[in-house]
Amino acid sequence: MSNQSVAEYEVARSKAKSLYPRYERKEELQHQTHFCPGCGHGIVHKMVAQAIDELGVQDRTIMVGPVGCSVFTYYYFDTGNVQSAHGRAPAVATAIRRSRPESIVISYQGDGDLSAIGSAEILHAANRGENITVIFVNNAIYSMTGGQAAPTTLLGQKSTTTPNGRNAATEGYPLHVSELLSTLQAPAYIERVGLGDNKQIAQASRAIKRALDNQVRGLGFSLIEVLSPCPTIWKMTPVDSQHWVRDVMEKTFPLGVFCDRTKERLAAPAAQSVPAPALDELPGILGVAEEDLPEGNAAAMAKEQEIDLEVRIAGFGGQGVLLLGEMLAEAGLDAGLEVSWLPSYGPEMRSGTSNCHVRLSRQTIDSPLVTAPTVLVAMNEPSLRKFDRSVRSGGWIIYDGDEFPADCAREDVHVLALPFTRIADAMGDKRAANMVMLGAVLERSGVLPQASIDAALRRLIKNPRWVELDERALARGRELFKEALAEA
Amino acid sequence: MKKQLMKGNEAIVKSAILAGCRAFYGYPITPASEIAEAAAEFMPKTGGVYVQAESEVAAINMLYGGASAGVRVMTASSGPGISLMQEGISYMAGAELPCVIADITRAGPGLGNIGAEQGDYHQVVKGGGHGNYRTIVLAPHSVQEMADLTALAFELADCYRNPVVLMADGFIGQMMEPVEFPQSATPTHLPEWAVAGTAASRGNLINSLSLDFDELEKHIQKLEAKYKLAEQRETRAEEWMTGDAEIVLVGYGIVGRILKAVTAEARAAGLKVGVLRPITLYPFPKVQFQRLAFNARLFVVVEMSNGQMLEDVKLALNGSRPVEFLNRMGGNVPSHEEVLRFVQELARREGLEQKTPDRKTAEEERMANV
Ligand SMILES: Cc1ncc(C[n+]2csc(CCOP(=O)(O)OP(=O)(O)O)c2C)c(N)n1
Repeated sequence: MSNQSVAEYEVARSKAKSLYPRYERKEELQHQTHFCPGCGHGIVHKMVAQAIDELGVQDRTIMVGPVGCSVFTYYYFDTGNVQSAHGRAPAVATAIRRSRPESIVISYQGDGDLSAIGSAEILHAANRGENITVIFVNNAIYSMTGGQAAPTTLLGQKSTTTPNGRNAATEGYPLHVSELLSTLQAPAYIERVGLGDNKQIAQASRAIKRALDNQVRGLGFSLIEVLSPCPTIWKMTPVDSQHWVRDVMEKTFPLGVFCDRTKERLAAPAAQSVPAPALDELPGILGVAEEDLPEGNAAAMAKEQEIDLEVRIAGFGGQGVLLLGEMLAEAGLDAGLEVSWLPSYGPEMRSGTSNCHVRLSRQTIDSPLVTAPTVLVAMNEPSLRKFDRSVRSGGWIIYDGDEFPADCAREDVHVLALPFTRIADAMGDKRAANMVMLGAVLERSGVLPQASIDAALRRLIKNPRWVELDERALARGRELFKEALAEA
Repeated sequence: MKKQLMKGNEAIVKSAILAGCRAFYGYPITPASEIAEAAAEFMPKTGGVYVQAESEVAAINMLYGGASAGVRVMTASSGPGISLMQEGISYMAGAELPCVIADITRAGPGLGNIGAEQGDYHQVVKGGGHGNYRTIVLAPHSVQEMADLTALAFELADCYRNPVVLMADGFIGQMMEPVEFPQSATPTHLPEWAVAGTAASRGNLINSLSLDFDELEKHIQKLEAKYKLAEQRETRAEEWMTGDAEIVLVGYGIVGRILKAVTAEARAAGLKVGVLRPITLYPFPKVQFQRLAFNARLFVVVEMSNGQMLEDVKLALNGSRPVEFLNRMGGNVPSHEEVLRFVQELARREGLEQKTPDRKTAEEERMANV
């Protein structure tokens, strides 16, 4: 390749099959590119196209072109084309490659695009080791928008936004993308090349082909950084700008291979991809196949009995508030009732108190929120004080404590206050207090068949030791409630 | 059909996979995280892709990539994450790419809190990104609807080649209710416009850039025509006891549930109250509002926002009926008692007939079966 070809105005005469012979997506001047004379993008396009041709992957190739001077990759590449948002091409490429493992995906990005606005996307695509090829054209400037500074702008280099030259004290230092990404463990191959002279250009061409070949072989993430002239913005002749790449840019951005794991990757056995299951297996895999769902015990429910249970359960996180509610809802569903379970959620759950709303009804449940419960299960005093006033007249409060606070007593509400945690502790584990209290709730409401409660317990508790303990706890709760009634 | 107890967030993922979704890209946020967690479990088992993205910006662009390649894709987030996705949503609408986005809303602005709120209405329904586009928005109010509307969302997204947002508040995402699923899975197919890395799709281009002003104007008009079609064909709303309603309560999501409870009590007190619950927030069910306006004396909008849907209700009614407004914000939910009081107050003001509610018997009836 001659010096002349770098400065060449068009790639239209290229022999590469992977470039369109005529740029019909371009509005005018369809025989030439939109690149300025001497721009490096033109030659990099040609190198990429040649690599695609040589590897015979034109049909499989998808070019992802984000924003910058390379935004029009789809004008030129006779491959699949996806235009993307500024900086986001590695994310776009990730998803294409993951879903279409036979495709060859190239993310073609400028230095503003990749190292500034898209710095997160490139870092993480590299760190995940996406099997894509990134062509990173570094011209040390934002060209498309008229010459503003980029993270790659050299110290002292003038741009429209660093009119006195880039100053490290205020603008920091040129970002070394290749070196930075080479500190990661996932990338397969990272090399910086230049378009500064013929020798460099020949090496650039080899590197680009290699990076693409890596993808074809499934070796992982490859990135080729190309130091590339921008005569128009740099305000130099094409020849001078080419020299500037070699004589000036290269001092800040040394050429070379920064990471090469291709040998070890080639030696490692390729991961076997698991074939997708057949469509008719999906409901089973998702756990929603009707034949796998339990029959339930609706038949055991007394038909004539009306039921509208509105329960609020509250306590500390870790006391099993949510599980108590879930057991109740699950048993209700098993008994053929309409049910809803609504938890308090988030940090509240982690840092302290927790509560949930449960409704069981024969009718469609309008609101799952229980603001006036018919039963309040309060597993500690703060929870009692938070909700005691809301209990519906004639309702019940089941409280875990030796003594019911006198100032919480209401004439129109029944109370069962017992040291449930201590009772559970004596039975084997204080964490079963929730089930003792649930036993009391069940005995009070008296509507759910025992078979439904057993079924719910077995669905929610997998550890046999706990199933046994919880069964005893539920029975104990029922007894305690009956004893309390008898005493009253 | 047998049902099972399930969280709304989990139902979304199962329904999505049955509807042919084969890629999920997301970033964790309460109260939407269970969706990503379920996707992480089930996508790989069902031949799909799951990636936890580095941000919502990356996630939505992964959707852009997956959709470009002709895959049914989805993500899930909440207010702060949806804000970050707006750029990508605009690009997807511009490039006519289908996708499904679940917004399990929380309270804002800023970091706000994780309580349920409906303050995302403007950014989701009106389009928080740049340019002339719309997103179709579905608002489930139960776990069953989480499943059903997710499946519908994928159909609509493909049909209109446009992003569809499933907007549910934190309650609907977090609560468990009985739910049933279709027993057969939708086969995946490759749309003819997709860029799939095959000889047949080599000439295809996914793009939202159009330098020529006239060409872009034509493109926007084409998008507009799609939205008009959706307005004619896709509006959905549930009416609850509206037959003779003099007062029509309006609310979506969890509020719709509360309004149903209010209706039962208001009716017991002799008030002719009904509920109009928009299921599609865009396209907005204007016609249903106009029809109910014939009988209704007034409309009451109840929202967990500063009146963001209220504007659409007023536009739909166009001054034909008075519109009253009750709201709670910051993670608070209007209790059905406070809505009921508000409605009774309005009824008194309007001179609508109401029985003196026989509180005691109503209570006794309720308690008889506790
Ligand atoms: C979100 C967003 N911000 C800003 C822009 C404007 N913009 C277009 S191209 C560009 C700079 C591209 O520079 P670079 O990636 O270095 O490519 P070059 O033009 O130098 O080839 C910018 C800032 C945009 N399109 N989108």
